[in-house]
Amino acid sequence: MTSIETHVTQPYKYGWTTDIESETVPAGLSEDIIRLISAKKGEPEWLLEWRLKAYRHWVTMTEPTWANVKYPPIDYQAIHYYAAPRRDKAAKSLDEVDPKLLETFEKLGIPISEQKRLAGVAVDAVFDSVSVATTFKETLKEAGVIFLPFSEAVREHPDLVRRYLGSVVPYNDNYFAALNSAVFTDGSFAYVPKGVRCPMELSTYFRINAMATGQFERTLIVAEEGAYVSYLEGCSAPMRDENQLHAAVVELVALDDAQIKYSTVQNWYPGDEEGKGGIYNFVTKRGKCAGVNSKISWTQVETGSAITWKYPGCILQGDNSIGEFYSVAVTNNRQQADTGTKMIHIGKNTRSTIVSKGISAGKSQNTYRGQVKIMKGAAGARNYSQCDSMLIGDQCGAHTFPYIDVRNSTAIMEHEASTSKIGEDQIFYCQQRGLSAEDAVSMIVNGFCKEVFKELPMEFAVEAQNLLGISLEGSVG
Amino acid sequence: MLQINNLHASVEGNEILRGVDLTVNAGEVHAIMGPNGSGKSTLAQILAGHPAYEVTEGSVTYEGRDLLDMDPEERARAGVFLAFQYPVEIRGITNAYFLRAAVNATRKARGLDELDTIDFLDVLDEKLKSIGWDDSFMNRPVNEGFSGGEKKRNEILQMAVLEPKLAILDETDSGLDIDALKTVAEAVNKLRRPDNATIVVTHYQRLLNYITPDFVHVLASGKIVKSGGKELALELEARGYDWVKDEAA
Repeated sequence: MTSIETHVTQPYKYGWTTDIESETVPAGLSEDIIRLISAKKGEPEWLLEWRLKAYRHWVTMTEPTWANVKYPPIDYQAIHYYAAPRRDKAAKSLDEVDPKLLETFEKLGIPISEQKRLAGVAVDAVFDSVSVATTFKETLKEAGVIFLPFSEAVREHPDLVRRYLGSVVPYNDNYFAALNSAVFTDGSFAYVPKGVRCPMELSTYFRINAMATGQFERTLIVAEEGAYVSYLEGCSAPMRDENQLHAAVVELVALDDAQIKYSTVQNWYPGDEEGKGGIYNFVTKRGKCAGVNSKISWTQVETGSAITWKYPGCILQGDNSIGEFYSVAVTNNRQQADTGTKMIHIGKNTRSTIVSKGISAGKSQNTYRGQVKIMKGAAGARNYSQCDSMLIGDQCGAHTFPYIDVRNSTAIMEHEASTSKIGEDQIFYCQQRGLSAEDAVSMIVNGFCKEVFKELPMEFAVEAQNLLGISLEGSVG
Repeated sequence: MLQINNLHASVEGNEILRGVDLTVNAGEVHAIMGPNGSGKSTLAQILAGHPAYEVTEGSVTYEGRDLLDMDPEERARAGVFLAFQYPVEIRGITNAYFLRAAVNATRKARGLDELDTIDFLDVLDEKLKSIGWDDSFMNRPVNEGFSGGEKKRNEILQMAVLEPKLAILDETDSGLDIDALKTVAEAVNKLRRPDNATIVVTHYQRLLNYITPDFVHVLASGKIVKSGGKELALELEARGYDWVKDEAA
C-alpha cells in the first residue's frame, strides 16, 4: 500500500454540545406546526399566510434527484422544526443572554461579549432556531445600516422585509426553498441604505446544537443605490450519529451601482470516516443584480457537511451588472458535494466570472455543476468559467457538469477546466526540501486554491487556509 | 561523510541496484556515469528517500547516522539535497514562499529561529549575488510554466539557498544548452566548500568539463564496475560504455 492510500481523519474540532435546556416544538410538519412556530415568533398575519402558501406548495412537490449525491430517504415528519434555548423573556442586552450561550460562541472562536468582540466585524450569532446576540447594533445604526436577527427585523421593519422576502428566491422555487419558506426560524437581515458603505464586515455564525433538529434559516441582504456591504457566514454543529438537515435560503438584492460581497466558510459536521452522521446542507442562495452597474460576488469555502447541495447564483438583470462566484469545495472520507453556480444574464453587457476549485480525498465525491444562461436581450454579455479539480488518492471522484445556454450571438463565453492529482512525486519533492508530508499537502492545496482565497476578507482567508489543512489532515500518510 | 555498502534495491519487485559500494568524503566531487537503465537515478532517489524504492540489502551511513532509517524530510534537514532530474510544479506557490518554508523547516529542526519574510529576503539576496543570478524566478510559482532549462536552474538556486552538506545532482545537464550548462556549472562550483560534497549523476562527459570531479564511477547493471579519476570520463566519452562492461564481466 502506498502512503497516499492511508487515510486517517482528524476528529472534528467543533463536535461538542452545549448542555442547555431547550424548547422544541413536537417533531413533524403540518399546518398546525407552522402556526405554532409563527405564533412563537409573534409574526404578523401576512407572514403566516406566506408560510402556509409555501407549505401547501411543498406538499405537492417531490424531492429532487438530479444531484450527483446518494442518501437514504429523509423522514420529514421525524424532524423538529423549531428548537430554542429556554428563557423567560427575550434578552434586551448581552448581560441578559444565558452565559452558557456566550461561552458556546467563545469556544467556537466567535467572541460576542462586549470586551472580546472581533474588531471591525459585527456578528449575529444564531443558535439552533434563534438569534442569540447581535453585536455593534448601535454603531451600525448610526451609519443607517440595519443588521438584525430576521425575526426582529420582521417586527421592526415589516415593510422592508415584506417588500424583498421571496423576491429573489420565491417560495415555490425548489423543494428545499419551499420547505424553508414554510418553516424558517431565524437568520439575519441586513439593509444598507442609498450611498452608504457599510463601516464594518457583517457576519452571521450558525450553530446547530439540539438533537434531531433541522436548521432552516433565512438571510436577506439589501443594498440600495450605491451602497456597499461585505458579509460573512460561518457555521458548525456537534458530532451526532444521525444526519441533520440544514435547508437555508439566502437572498441578496443589489440596486443601481450597489455591491454585495458574500463570503461563506462552511464547516458543518461532515460525518465520521465511515460516513455515519453529518449535516445535509441543502441550501438555496441567489443574488439579484437588479440595478445597473451593480455587482454581487459569492466566495465560498466548503469543507464540512456529509452532503452539500448548493448553487449560489446571480441574476444579472441590470445593464453592465457583474456576477462572480469563487468556490473551494473540499471533500474527504465519505463526503459528497454537488455544488456550483448559476449565472443568468438578462441585461446588456453583463459579465460573470466563475472560478471553482474542487478537492477530493478519501472516498468522497466532488461535483461541480454550473449553469450559464445568456438571455436574448443580453447583448455583449461575457462569461469566464474555470473549473479545476484536484484528486488526492485514487478512491475519490471529481465530476464537472457545465450547462451553457446562449440565446444572443454577441455573447462571449470562455470555459477552462483541469484535473490534477497530488502525487507522491509532488509530496516527495517538498519533503526533499525539508517540509513534512502534511505541510506539503497543505501547501500544494493552498496554492491550488489561491485564486479563491485572495477574494476572502483577510482574517477569514487565514481561517480558511487553516480549515483546509485540518480537513485534509491524514488524507496523505 | 557518506558510506554506501553493498546496497541492493528494487522497485515494484525488479532489482535495480545489485550491490553498490561508494564512499564520499567532505570536499569531494564524485561523478556517477553509466548507460541508460544502469540505476544512476535510482541511486540518487534512494539516497533522498523516495518511497517507491525498496532497499533489500546493504546499508547507507551519512555522518554516522543510518540514512535509510530517516524520513525524506529528516534527510533534507540534515543537509542532503537532491537536484531533481524532473522537478515538479507547484501551482500558486511562489518560489520565494516555497524556499522560505523549506529554509524555516530546516532551521526549526536545528533549533534556530524561523526567518520572517524580510530577513529571508536578505538571505536570498545575498545567495543570488554569490552565484551571480537575479531574482526573476522568485515571484513565479514553483516551476510552473518554466522551460526545461529554467527548471534545472531553479534546482541549483534552491541548492544555493539551502546550503546542503551533500548535494546530489541527478542529470542536471539533461535538456540544457551549452550556455545554460555553463551557468549552472559555474554556480555549482561557487557553492563548493571544503566541508561539503557533491555527487553528480550524468550520462555525458560534457558537464564534467565544467564541474571537475575528483572521482568518476561507472554504474552498470546496478553495480559500480569501474572507478577512476577525471580522465576516466574522457575515456568513456571516447570509447562508450561497452568496454567497461566487458572488462567487468
